[in-house]
Parts: sequence; C-alpha cells; structure tokens
Amino acid sequence: MVGLVLVSHSPEIAEGTATLVRQMAGEVEVTPVGGTSDGSLGTDPGGIQAAIEGMNADEVLVFVDIGSAVLSAEMVLEMLSPDLRENVRIVDAPFVEGAFAAGVLAQAGSDAEECEAAAMESRTESKLHDET
Amino acid sequence: MDSTQVTISIIKEMAATIEENRQSLTRLDSEIGDGDHGTNMRRGFQAAIERLDNTEPASPADALKAVSMALISKVGGAAGPLYGTVFLKASSALAGKEEVSAQDAADALEEALAGVKLRGKAEAGDKTMVDALEPAAQAAKEAAGSGSVAEVFRAAADAAAAGAEATVPLTAKRGRASYMGGRAAGHKDPGATSTHLLLDAAARVLENASEDA
Repeated sequence: MVGLVLVSHSPEIAEGTATLVRQMAGEVEVTPVGGTSDGSLGTDPGGIQAAIEGMNADEVLVFVDIGSAVLSAEMVLEMLSPDLRENVRIVDAPFVEGAFAAGVLAQAGSDAEECEAAAMESRTESKLHDET
Repeated sequence: MDSTQVTISIIKEMAATIEENRQSLTRLDSEIGDGDHGTNMRRGFQAAIERLDNTEPASPADALKAVSMALISKVGGAAGPLYGTVFLKASSALAGKEEVSAQDAADALEEALAGVKLRGKAEAGDKTMVDALEPAAQAAKEAAGSGSVAEVFRAAADAAAAGAEATVPLTAKRGRASYMGGRAAGHKDPGATSTHLLLDAAARVLENASEDA
C-alpha cells in the first residue's frame, strides 16, 4: 500500500491535512511532519527523515508546502539509503488537494504512480467548475 | 595556528557576526520574506558552535562538515538546506587536506556555489544568496593566482558586498520574496546579505591571523 508523508511549515497544517485525508482513507498510513524541531514555523529535515524511514508502506509519497519544505525534503531524499529512496517520491502538487486525492486512491489500492497522477490533476482541476 | 584552528576561529567569528546582525537580517527578511532569517541563522550557528565544542574536529573539512550538519538540522528555514549545502560542499572540496592553500579556498567556494545553485535551482539575478556567492567565488578564483588565503577571502567578501547591494532593484525569482512580485524590488536580499557577512567574518579572521604570524 502507498503511504503519505505530509511536510508543512506549520504543525497544525500538517496534522489537519492528515486528519482530512484519514477521513476518506482510514487504512492509509499518513504521517504529518510540521514545523521545526522546537515546534515553531519551519521545517525539520531530521523529522522528515525519521518519518520516511518509519513508514511501513511499500511506497511513500511526500507532499510539501512551500520553500524550505521542498528543499528539506529534497535533501532528505538524497540522504536515504538507495533501496528506500527508490520507493519514495516528492509530489509536485498542491498540499491539501494533492494529498487528499492521493489518499483516496491509496485507500482504493492504487500504486504510487496512480496516486501521484491523481494528485497532479489537482494542479489544474477547477473548484468552481464555472463554464464561462 | 594550523588550518583547523583557523577554520574553527572563522566559524566562531561567523557565529558572532550573525549574533550582532541578527536584528538587521530579520528586518530585511520582514520586508520581503517571513522575517525569520536572523533568528534562524542564529539558532543554526549556535548549534554549530555547540557541535564544534563537542566533537573536536581533526581537519578543516571536519569542522565545516559539523557546521553543515548543525545548520541543516537546526535552521528550520530554506537557509538550512542552502547554507548546509555551502558548508558540506566546501568540506568535500577540502577533504584530506590539513593545510588550506589560496587555491584550495577558491576551489571550496566554487564547489559551494555550484552546490547551492543546484539545491536552490537559482541563478545569479534571482535575488538570492547566489547573487553574493557567485561574484565572491569568481573574485576568489582571480585572487587565488597571486594572493594568500586572507586575500582570497577579502576579495570574495568585497565582491559579495557589491553583489548583495546589487540585489536591491531586483525582483525575486526564488524564495518567499518571489510571491511578492515587483514589490520585492527596492529591498536588499537577506540571504545575499548574510552571505556577505559570513565571508567578511572569514576574511577578518584570516587577516588578523596573518598579521599575528
């Protein structure tokens, strides 16, 4: 099964997004990593690495919000052992919408590629569906 | 002093410089970013000093690596991975060397620049630390042919100062300031400013060391 790691500057955003995903995807492993090691706004590469290494999922998708979340996650991926790194990818999608879409598909048993594709669709999907 | 001791002195002077300029860095970052650059860099360099005190590095490369690991784990903002990469690449460039020549120093700055451009996907003109580090690495390379390590860092620091100053009119293409569009113009980039401060700290220590010698 695919698992999700949610990296945000804010502990509340990471936790809240995880809660939202779990509501639709109760069996999917979702690990929020928000804030710095002392709990302030920012990102914590050590925490991100521990979260990824602690996942039981076969494949892991990492969602990131802005700035240092991206840089920290990229740096952590380079530090992972090669066999683990093969099964981990950072998704270039909106944080909440992307994680939500990926979680729903993961719950349905889709693989990482399908979950990632669903998350990527949220980059362009209209919310208001206005025809004009 | 041997090169390891000089490297440690430089890192301590860098930490002191960040401490002194913490408020001005944070003020610059408040104008076009999230207002935490001074605080984050201070936290990172404090952790670096602790790590140096606890590990007793055996070479310049060891000392630089300790700084890198501290910055990566403690800064909390984009400056963590970015400056972490700077110190890590400089450390790799100096691996196995007990003494650092002018050419070694210039090579380390060039490697650091290449690493940070790759990590941040930034080029000169994007209103980032690259705008200070790129002219610094270039000036260091030119100075390395005939100068001492102190002269290499002095040339680098002065070029970084001019580079940081030149970020004022720019519109940001990377980092928080990029969300501001044209409103970031008219403000000096905090990352380019801290790059200048760190290089200047290194140059001062090396100049004092060569006067004492």
